[in-house]
Amino acid sequence: MRFTPLGDNALMLEVGDVIDEPTHRRVQEAWRVLAAAPLPGVTELVPAYTTVTLFYDPVLAVQAGAPGDDIFEWLVARAKERLKNPPKMEKPKGRTVDIPVCYGGEFGPDLGLVAKQAKLSPEEVIKRHTKPEYLVYLVGFAPGFPYLGGLPKELETPRHAKPRMVVPPGSVGIGGAQTGIYPLATPGGWNLIGRTPEKIFRPAEHPPVLLRAGDRVKFKAITAEEFAKWGAKP
Amino acid sequence: MGGEAVIHVLKPGLLTTVQDLGRPGYQQYGVVVGGALDGFAARVANLVVGNPDNAAVLELAQTGPELRFDRETLVAWCGADFDAMIGQERLPPDRAVRVAAGQTISFGFARSGLRAWLAVAGGIDVPLVMGSRSTYRRAGIGGHEGRPLKAGDDLKTLATSGWAEHLLASLRTSGKPATTWTVRPGVMGRPAATGVVRAMRGPECAGFTPEAQRQFFSADWTATKEADRMGVRLAGPVLERRQAGDMVSSAVNAGVVQVPAAGQPIVLLPSRQSVGGYPRLAVVATVDLPRIAQLRPGDKVRFEEINLTVAHALYLARERDLHRVRTGLARLTG
Repeated sequence: MRFTPLGDNALMLEVGDVIDEPTHRRVQEAWRVLAAAPLPGVTELVPAYTTVTLFYDPVLAVQAGAPGDDIFEWLVARAKERLKNPPKMEKPKGRTVDIPVCYGGEFGPDLGLVAKQAKLSPEEVIKRHTKPEYLVYLVGFAPGFPYLGGLPKELETPRHAKPRMVVPPGSVGIGGAQTGIYPLATPGGWNLIGRTPEKIFRPAEHPPVLLRAGDRVKFKAITAEEFAKWGAKP
Repeated sequence: MGGEAVIHVLKPGLLTTVQDLGRPGYQQYGVVVGGALDGFAARVANLVVGNPDNAAVLELAQTGPELRFDRETLVAWCGADFDAMIGQERLPPDRAVRVAAGQTISFGFARSGLRAWLAVAGGIDVPLVMGSRSTYRRAGIGGHEGRPLKAGDDLKTLATSGWAEHLLASLRTSGKPATTWTVRPGVMGRPAATGVVRAMRGPECAGFTPEAQRQFFSADWTATKEADRMGVRLAGPVLERRQAGDMVSSAVNAGVVQVPAAGQPIVLLPSRQSVGGYPRLAVVATVDLPRIAQLRPGDKVRFEEINLTVAHALYLARERDLHRVRTGLARLTG
């Protein structure tokens, strides 16, 4: 466990140095413990693959008793103390979220390309992409964008050398060893294999995103007809 | 408490957006903090017109807007050296100015610097989205319809404070268009020398060659055209790492100096994304970050290394100065 300053209003707790599930669980645990009752002066926590970053307001920290010339060590001592004596918390129930995806066609213009480089049929790519339970390691890059782990090795496909100017929201893509869903219309270099009718970013809801760090994701293939009718009341 | 003013946008300016102090608390969902790129200047402008710190202001960039006010109110602006007019008169910065009903204020070009923040008594009235009124352009939310202002837009303001009404009445009676006192955000605390930005070593600093570390903190860097509300790319010596290779993505912060493989640094601004995968060579002190937000293509900047204790002292000194001004202004009309 290592604490490093990230400027004068954030500090980073590192609990590992590789992307794997045990490290992810340690990140989640530290995040939960630190979020259960915010430390004095700490305003926001941001978990990533191997780190939890604590954002703080130096004025609030000093008002809470931190010495003005040693705010960092004061906060680190409190974070360590909290992590050593975590409050009683319920074990979080893991969520598995099904994501409907219409593969191929206009929604997945690169399905053929992914199939070709994997030496599989498009149907087989869909079968293998819908098989795993992916883990949401973190959410970032864009609002609600999940960094997913668990893509079958044979489906790994290099990014396009020239990114598309606009990728439609809901597009499901493969970029190198990663797979994910574009929440907003943004430029993007991933191979697009399908699209989900589900909204990934939901600014009017709380939380404002469909997927959160720690969730499991299962893609379910749907037809173009199901896509068109998705969300409409039967 | 005063009522609402309607502001008619006659000319929108190059990139005028509604901003407050940002949208913290949602980075875990990938939502950027954003907000005024110089939050301190926005706070000062708000203070001068009797608003809470977090009231929504207009952020101006390069060429400012032309605005007509339906009713009498107070405005204040801080930031770059804009050519600003109220009717046929100069609209001075860093003080409260009375705008009469039907009057127009207009901002031309910024003569130096890039951005300014315009506060209107009461604050701009746009809906709160995830706790903030800041425009989040990429997601199309917040601010005025999630986008920069356009000609023909009408903006409302929230109720003004009693303090602002009192100041407005005294300006009206005295016949003076503006207060004689000024509050300048750039002189508070302990400002760095011109062209200098103070910064700390970042988490991956040791991953750069000693030469690159020395170069970063000594070279003259030039701001490039690749600049927006997310960050500013600088041009200068190529910063080499000891070892190539990707790092594991982790949180970034406003002020983080990240260095992609090409070796040219990017200084991140408040609308930065929440996580990044480039090595973080340095982090700019919060008090000096506004200088990065003011860089125009071709402007030079040099980084001076300070440690975290000094950065905190600078931050606390600036807050103490602001607190003193706040106390002084409260007495003014109390």
